[in-house]
Formats: sequence, structure tokens, C-alpha cells
Amino acid sequence: MLQILVIEDDHEAANYLAKGLSELGHRADKADDGETGLQMALDRDYDILIVDRMLPKRDGLAVIEELRKSGNHTPVLILSALGQVDDRVTGLKAGGDDYLPKPYAFTELQARVEALARRPKSASQVETTYTVGDLTLDRMAHSCRRGDMEIPLQPREFRLLEYLMQHAGQVVTRTMLLENVWEYHFDPQTNVIDVHISRLRGKIDKGFDVPLLHTIRGAGYTIRDTAH
Amino acid sequence: MTRLTRFTRTTAFKLSLLYIAVFTLLSGFLLIYISENTDRLMSEQVVQTIDAELKGLSDIYVRGGVRDLVETIDRRTRHPDASLYLLVDFAGNALVGNIARLPTTVLEEADGGIRRVHYTRLGQDSPDTQRQAMVRTFELRGGFRLLVGRDLGDQLTFSHLLGNALRLWLIVVVAMGAMTWLFVSQRVMKRIDEITDTSRTIMTGDLTGRLPIAGNDDEFDRLAVSLNTMLDRIELLMRSMKDVTDNIAHDLKTPLTRLQTRVETALRQAEGQSCYKEALEETLSETDHLLRIFNALLRIARIESMAPGEVMERTDINNLINEVSELYEPLVEDEGGVLETHVCDGLEAVCQKDLVFQGLVNLIENALKYGRPMDGEFRIRISAEEREGRTVLSVSDTGPGIPEKDQDRVKDRFVRLDESRSEPGTGLGLSLVKAVARLHGGELQLTNGDPGLVARIDLTRAKPGSSGSSNGHGGKSDGAEPKPE
Repeated sequence: MLQILVIEDDHEAANYLAKGLSELGHRADKADDGETGLQMALDRDYDILIVDRMLPKRDGLAVIEELRKSGNHTPVLILSALGQVDDRVTGLKAGGDDYLPKPYAFTELQARVEALARRPKSASQVETTYTVGDLTLDRMAHSCRRGDMEIPLQPREFRLLEYLMQHAGQVVTRTMLLENVWEYHFDPQTNVIDVHISRLRGKIDKGFDVPLLHTIRGAGYTIRDTAH
Repeated sequence: MTRLTRFTRTTAFKLSLLYIAVFTLLSGFLLIYISENTDRLMSEQVVQTIDAELKGLSDIYVRGGVRDLVETIDRRTRHPDASLYLLVDFAGNALVGNIARLPTTVLEEADGGIRRVHYTRLGQDSPDTQRQAMVRTFELRGGFRLLVGRDLGDQLTFSHLLGNALRLWLIVVVAMGAMTWLFVSQRVMKRIDEITDTSRTIMTGDLTGRLPIAGNDDEFDRLAVSLNTMLDRIELLMRSMKDVTDNIAHDLKTPLTRLQTRVETALRQAEGQSCYKEALEETLSETDHLLRIFNALLRIARIESMAPGEVMERTDINNLINEVSELYEPLVEDEGGVLETHVCDGLEAVCQKDLVFQGLVNLIENALKYGRPMDGEFRIRISAEEREGRTVLSVSDTGPGIPEKDQDRVKDRFVRLDESRSEPGTGLGLSLVKAVARLHGGELQLTNGDPGLVARIDLTRAKPGSSGSSNGHGGKSDGAEPKPE
């Protein structure tokens, strides 16, 4: 269960978010202006902050900057109707950890919140080896094994699998993959990511009894060991 | 405002006035300077002549006595251009000379000072003619007084001449100034009136009006040309805005109507939860499509209003093309095609790489949708080259191409050539590519290859050797106030 603070002045949007998050088993508090939000974020220990950019009393970015200045490093997901590349850059520069343009699908938000919660708190916590079931990815040796079989991967396939395994058990959306694996902010009209996933699936799942890479309909993908 | 005040308020009028004043002042000063100097010079000469004569005559008196002096003076007065002489005895009786009348005080003050006096010449003038002369009186031994002088007639004529010249000069300057002013103001006022009239027409809503150009490349022509360019741009923007509004109205109405029908049908006919669920899922995908259209429209509008150079950075084009090709290669292969790349080494451009990437993605996706040939090999080729100092990126396919008449139209918003709309899409893909190309100072060019369509965009080439980005990512974002949502 995650303790989440939603700082959003639109009551309907805030209620929708809080309701959705509590259905997922998280606890969500609401603040409807920047000043209150900043106070609550400083007073209590939250796992995630969801901050709207346009807020009364204190702007969303100002809240984040103030928070970071006071040494608080709670992961922040910025919500904004400004979805352009440079706004995104401004948001992340201010200290936000992820940026989601409105309107968004709830599944996308859920995936991002969970990814943020799992983010390693410091560099020393970054694992060098990821394991899901009998699939192992060695980040240092740049190698991948399933069982006792070595699986050769292209560099991009390696990055893709690395990102999926880093978020093992969580849903990862297509946009998250585009942003983090390809590092371009663009909007494909086709299923270009699906093809890459199916190639990767062909390499790591084909010929094995238990599939690890799953498609979550309407949301994205997840890698997990269903046998356990 | 009366016509007169309108005239006097013009810059031409004020300038003419200023020029006349300055010119008159300068030429007046020059003339006065000349006349003063000449006068002084001539006076000095007169004084020198008088002194020389006085000295000569007094020498004659010393050597030969009064008789010689009288003879010499008598002889000299007979010359046509003679100086003035008068010799008087101690009682004041004139012995010899050519002066008929003279203020008597002059002879009494024999202190050797030079004086300016009025006199009448003997024998030549009527008794009331007055002339001016410079004279000097000298007392000889024996009570005789000798007066020698020079007539100032020439000198006076000369100053008169200068005075007349100055007056004439003034009249000419004022007249010329007035003429210039009339000519300039007439001409300038005419041009300005033309410009004012045209801009009034434009202000009333007729955007087709343009300022007249005289063709002599003067400052008014230059002003008119740049104003006309601005008007062209405004007209284009207005027209495209109108087109967009029309298009939005049309293209958003269709899916909205479909949405409404679907919801109504579900409410009326659906039975059981699964039916509702299905209807809701369809509704959701329809709203997704609508949002996609809105986002694409906003994005294009945003790119069009961006200032060139905003968030641009030096980008390795080969790398960009390799990444886009690596992303799309599997998809193209799955569709039964081949994706080729052709790049030159060391090609760089100053660009916004996310947008250029998106542009290439749109072109490749278009090629995937519409570039499939009826028969033969399905091949998509991405290439980059340097051409005329620009970095040109092109995506070509082996499909049927686009009829020439539609090649411009298809870049407009919502224009889709497949009337059946069998392929999913918003009809905004090429509009975005066009906006991206424009942002980089280039154009989107569509031509028919042999076979298939060739789409080209050109970008500013990075100057070899110059390092760093022209305007880095941070440049704009640093300290930028968050914009209102």
C-alpha cells in the first residue's frame, strides 16, 4: 500500500484520482491548493506526490522546488494540460520525477505511480542483476540467460528487457517504453512497440513452458513469473 | 484638421524650414565675413597710400619750399584718378587743392589722425554732392597745413554690391527651400495617403489589399514591400485558421455524432451487462480517437507558433535516422516490406530532434499505410543528404504515389485521400510534418518518384566545426515561468 498525496484544485479530478487509487489499495489524501499541499507534503511522509501544474496560491512547479529545497525527495508525478516537450523539460528540471499530460488514461497513471514507488532511492540501491523466474539479466556483463540457455539480445532489446525487469510485476505502458527505452517523445499511430515486444517475446518466452512477458489489454505490458 | 495645418505638421515642412534657416545663417555669416575683411583690407591700403603721399609732399616742401609743393600738388590734381589735396596757410586760406568744401574742423585738428569725412570735389561736382573720403592733415613748418585723402567711392560700391548679393541670396534660398518642400511634401504626402487608404481598406476586413509599390526602390517601396509580406503572412494565417475551424467543425462532428448514436442505441437496446460494457468500451475508443485529434491539432498549432531556434540543438542526423529505422524495421518487416536507410557520413543539423523524429515517424507510418504497391517489392527508404547547404531528409516508398493535383492539398489539415477512411488516422500527420519543416526554415516537399512517393523535409545544416548547440535545451527552460494551463 502506498501513501499518496494528490495536489489538484479540480475537485472532480481529485476525487476520481483518489477513488481510483484507493480501489487499488493505496491511501490517497487530497489537497486543493499549492500552499496546503506543500504543508501536507512536508508534515507527513508520503510515498508519492501527484501534483497538478496549475494550482491556486502556489504553482505546482513552485511547490516541487520548495519541497526539493527543504531536502524532501519524495517522488513527484506532475500532471499537466501542457503536454509539449519543452513543458515537460521545465517540469522535470523543477524537480519532478515523471510527467503525465492531461487527459490521461487511469491505467497510464497507475503504471507510472507504481514505477515511481519502486524507483531506487539512491544509486547504491541499483541492482546489477535482475531476475524474474528463471530469467536473469546481468547488467554488468550485458548478458541474458533463461534457465541455462544464453539468449543473445540486440542492444535495444536489452534496454527494453532491462526496463521491463526493473519494473517486474508492474504494468509498463507503451508511452513509458517510448520515453524510457527509445528516449524520444513522440506519438506513434501504429503498433510499433508491440512488434518490438513480440520480437523480444520470441526470444525469451518461445520454447519455454511458462511465459514471462504478458500483455495487459488496454494498458501495456508486464513481466512476471506466474508460476509462483 | 485643415489642409494647411496638415501640411505644416509634416516632417517635410519642418525639415525644409530648418534647412532654410541653417543655410541662410551660414551664407549670411560668410558674406558678412567677406565684406568685413575686404573693407579692412581696402582701408589699410588707403591709409598706406595717404601716408606715402604725405611723406613725399612734406619732403618736397622741405627741399623746395612752398612753391615746389604748390606746383607738385597742382600737377597731381590734374590726374583723372587723383587723390585729394588741400594746402592752406596759417589763416586758413586755400592755396592749392581739389576740394571745394570740407568740414572746417578737419584742418584745425592737425594731430596726424586719420578721419572719415564728407566732402565736395572741386570742379567736378555740383555744390551739394557729398562724397566720402579718408583724410589726414599734416602741419608743415611755417603754419601751412597739408591735407591728403583718398576717395572711398570704390569701397562703398563694393559693400553695396555685397549687401545686394546677400539680399538676393536670401530670396533665392527661401524660394528654393519652399520649392523643395512643396515637391517633397506633395510626393511624400501622396505616398503616405496611398498607404493610409490601403490600410483602411484592409482594416475594414478586406485582407486582399496590398500597398502600391512605385518600383524605384526608395524607402517607401521598402516599407511597402515588408508591409505587404506581413499582410501575405496575415492573410495566410487567417485563411488557414478559417480552414482549420471549418475542418474541425466537420471532422469532429462526425465522430461526435457516431458517439452519440452509439450511446443512444446502447441505452435503448442493450440488454445485460456485457452489452453495456461493450458499448462503453467502444465509446472509450471513440473518445480516445477524439482526444488524439485534439492533441495532434494542438501540437501542430504549438509548433506553428514556436519561434525558430527555440529548443533547437545540434543533432547527429545519421544517429537519428538509425534510431528511427531500428524502431520501425520490425514493423515494416512484419508488413512484408523492407526498410532501407541511406545516410552520408558526418551529417548534422540544428534541429528540435523530438519533432524531427516525430516527422520521420509520421512519414514512415504514412508509407506503411499508403505506400504499398499493387505488385512488386514493398520498400521504404529513409535517406539524408546535404543539398545546397541544407540537410535534406527524405522518406520514399514504392507505392502508387499521390496525384500531382493533390500533392499540396494533402498537407492541409484533415485532408485524407482515401475517402473510405479505411486506415485509422487523423489526417493530421502530414500537416505536422509540414509544421516541423517550416519551424526549421524548410518545406515539406512531396513528389512522385519512380515509382512511389518521395517526401522531403529540409533542415538547417550545422556548421562544421562549430561546437555545442545553437540554443540548448536549458536555454529557454531556465527560470522560465510556468505557463498557464
